[in-house]
Amino acid sequence: MKVGRRSFLSFIIGGAAGTALSPLPWKLTDDLSIWTQMWPWTPVPKDGAVSYAGSTCTLCPAGCGINVRMVDRRAVKIEGMEGHPINDGGICILGLSGLQLLYGPTRVKSPMKRAGNRGSGRWVSISWEEALEEVAGKLTEIRAQGRPEALAVFSGKRRGTVPALLSRFMTAFGSPNFVTAASTQDSYELALHRMQGVQAAAGLDLANTDFLLSFGSGILDGWGSPVRMFKAHSALKDGGGKLVQIEPRLSNTAAKADQWISIQPGTEAALAFGLAHVIILEKRYRTQFVSEYGGEFEEFRQMVMADYTPDKVAKITGIDPKTIVTLAREFSRSSAPLAVCGKGGGDTPGSMNEFFAVHALNALVGGINRPGGIWAVPEPGDFGWPDPEMDETAARGMQQDRLDGAGAPPYVATAALPNRFFEAVAGGKGYPLDALFVVESNPCFTEPDPETVKAAFSKIPFVVSFSSFMDETAQNADLILPNHVYLERYEDVPNPAGFNRPFVGLVQPVVDPQFNTRNVGDAVIALAQGVGDPVASAFGWDGYEACLEEAYPDQWDSLTSEGYWMAEDFDPAPWPEAFETASGKFEFVPEGLQRGYVPAEIAGEKGGFPLVLTPYDTMRISSGYVGNPPFMTKTVPAEVLKGKELLVELNPQTADQLGFSEGGRAVLTTPTGAANVRVHLYDGIMPGLVAMARGLGHTAYDKYLADKGTNVNRLIGPTADPVSGLNAAWGIRAKLTRA
Amino acid sequence: MKQERPKKFGMVIDLDKCTGCGACLVACMSENNVPFKPDESDKLTSITWMRVYQLNNGKPYPETDICYLPRPCQHCEGDHGHSPCVSVCPATATDYGMETGIVSQIYTRCFGCRYCMAACPYHARYFNWWDPVWPDGMEKYLNPSVSVRMRGVVEKCSFCYHRYQTAKDKAIYQFAEGERDSTDLEEDEYQTACTQACPAGAIIFGDLNNPSHRVHQIAQPDEKHAGRPKNPKAFRLLERLGTNPKVYYLSSRDWVRRAGDNYLEGEGKLKRH
Repeated sequence: MKVGRRSFLSFIIGGAAGTALSPLPWKLTDDLSIWTQMWPWTPVPKDGAVSYAGSTCTLCPAGCGINVRMVDRRAVKIEGMEGHPINDGGICILGLSGLQLLYGPTRVKSPMKRAGNRGSGRWVSISWEEALEEVAGKLTEIRAQGRPEALAVFSGKRRGTVPALLSRFMTAFGSPNFVTAASTQDSYELALHRMQGVQAAAGLDLANTDFLLSFGSGILDGWGSPVRMFKAHSALKDGGGKLVQIEPRLSNTAAKADQWISIQPGTEAALAFGLAHVIILEKRYRTQFVSEYGGEFEEFRQMVMADYTPDKVAKITGIDPKTIVTLAREFSRSSAPLAVCGKGGGDTPGSMNEFFAVHALNALVGGINRPGGIWAVPEPGDFGWPDPEMDETAARGMQQDRLDGAGAPPYVATAALPNRFFEAVAGGKGYPLDALFVVESNPCFTEPDPETVKAAFSKIPFVVSFSSFMDETAQNADLILPNHVYLERYEDVPNPAGFNRPFVGLVQPVVDPQFNTRNVGDAVIALAQGVGDPVASAFGWDGYEACLEEAYPDQWDSLTSEGYWMAEDFDPAPWPEAFETASGKFEFVPEGLQRGYVPAEIAGEKGGFPLVLTPYDTMRISSGYVGNPPFMTKTVPAEVLKGKELLVELNPQTADQLGFSEGGRAVLTTPTGAANVRVHLYDGIMPGLVAMARGLGHTAYDKYLADKGTNVNRLIGPTADPVSGLNAAWGIRAKLTRA
Repeated sequence: MKQERPKKFGMVIDLDKCTGCGACLVACMSENNVPFKPDESDKLTSITWMRVYQLNNGKPYPETDICYLPRPCQHCEGDHGHSPCVSVCPATATDYGMETGIVSQIYTRCFGCRYCMAACPYHARYFNWWDPVWPDGMEKYLNPSVSVRMRGVVEKCSFCYHRYQTAKDKAIYQFAEGERDSTDLEEDEYQTACTQACPAGAIIFGDLNNPSHRVHQIAQPDEKHAGRPKNPKAFRLLERLGTNPKVYYLSSRDWVRRAGDNYLEGEGKLKRH
């Protein structure tokens, strides 16, 4: 067939007319407008009666009061509680994101039993009865074999009724292996124990401080009780007080400080001695305190006078001697100076040498138990529970050594040594474990060198996780008994980090449990009953709520009406009664400080690893048990996380020497591991250092968090502090090579 | 009821106190049903009504200094309500509220031409390239006071206008019930989510026209000169563009105040306003 001009045109025109008459163009136009404004599938939030429910946040040890805005039975917003002694209306980024955890996709929705190999991600959902029966059966078996010490518990918290119930369970069962995660709070407690002879938490009287000297503590980067620290900083600014930050990296704290002094990392204790030198030389110390309550002061004086002149300290720390002298003068001249230590967010316990040196500095200026200083706040009691009855099996089990070596020489005063626990189990030291409970913690992610933790897991045949979320540890467990999320449960939060009065916050359910979960407290009581007497007889409560109420008989009214209880009229012990050391004085030179400054060593040789890797903490990344909720990950700058790649900070000068430019890809190698990273040039970091954000690199959780960046803990193994035995690794030697 | 004097809601952000923690971002996202995607590291498509920028003084170690600058919508008044975005919107989807000084955004009117985004010198406006998706169950936390936006429209900070409406409704009800003397709101009755959340207390919000409000006292806006701050520590972003914004910033650092506008290199010291 021949196609002529006429037939071609009539085909085109006819086709066009036909198409125009057909529904197609209108359908396409309609689709286009739908494409631009397709509304029916966007959710329309249901309206309802608005109310507020008060509770306490448990996402970090800060103990902030929260007010949850409810629309009918839905929680729609978390706000800070006005007038609360800790946060007074303020709230941090993690606290604000709490509802994404409550309603998030990574919740464990019912008890789960492993169906495939460990870590394969294949689970079957089982009932609570089946789950509890299985665990109780396993526990009965362990006891029947006469080795109750083969059960261990790893708890993210040490204070409060839930850890107390776990600890009680272990005692009645017969195992000494109750292990708790550690932080700078533990180091502070040990410092107070050794220097003041007291069992107490360190409370900071921030309201009356006018000079805050921070040895690398991330005052504005998540250290201690973050909102309280933020408020204290703003109050310092308003009141003309001063914050001095000593740190090799321009952190947010350093940037906000009135003065940033960069220091060779790990030499902070030497600077504290240098300041003490100037203060003693110029007789700027609190004479009354030192002469009446200063134990071994002469020894301390001789040590700092001989070895820590500004010039010598300058050589160690890299700080100009004039700066040291000026800082010492300003610090001691202030009416209420306060020095704090414990690096970054305070998750790493740190070097006791440094804690002792900094605490001695506070003592020199008379800041112990004084307004604006550091207070010994008594630990909450044992809740008045009668000692659990132990049978012969339990008594024999409790006499076994703890696997982590805590409480025995050389670490007599340390409560638990998480780092040594996993090393011991992985290395097959001591006796084998048959079962491990993991409660409110995620050691397969948060502990230094998680590979060791996983190796330890592989030696334990039965691992039970009580996590609310499918985190790395839950993934590697055999059974998950999911806890309620904090917004669904009761709990107590005693002695929030760094608070200077005895205090208990009450966690109360604001919504009904969303899934088939149970409070760990209830699960423990049920397990005790499942194991039978004599363990069961130590748990006479009907449930956890009854137990909690009974634990705070005098405080309960205040807890339920205010949401917290506080010892309003608490005053720290005055000097004559404050020190319970052998001499009754403040020990300036406790054991562990006799040799003066001891460098906080890190792993690796300078030859093979010319750089030093240090982790840093930021408010925008949650690095603890709770993984970053999507809102928080959204706020992470593109200079920290780009796509799935993490960027490490490098000084432009160092980058130049190594041939890196902005965004360049590199392999970061340390003695512990290696990772692919990209380089971000940052002028605010000391040349020779590589800084990496802590808290990324999850392999578990959802598509909003998993496989983004690298877990810095994977690159830095623990180093045991010689005094406490706790992890003191502030970094590790490293090298960067082009990828 | 007597005619109320027009309000001019505005903000003062103290950059000496702001720590860059990001609480304001999340308070805003949580309050205003702002969605999130699996990857939010491309900041051009990442919707953050409140965004925190990091400024630096450009000096090498150890003289380096950084400062964080939170940037909500600046709610520009321009000249008599001719703010840059309002002037260009062909759909009247964004408008300047003469009663409150708040620049509105009406999602159902917006057809996504994005002229306003081009006109806004502060990058305060965001386009929904995708429909919002909440993981199963998470839509439970959505706030019924704020409508969820759809693909194809522009959105931005509203100074939590729904909170103003709620407070106002409550005041009118109480006035009708004889529980209060007027429907005028007290300073603390209407506060934005970011102001309320800020753990450092760096954000202050209120009526710039009301001499008893802290924003007025701190910023000291000069009405004769289009609201320029009389407080020497205060500045506004890109002051010289004449956008007449209602967000004031405070800083004691010279380089930070200077970073608030595009000064030429040799332009001498920052002039006091």
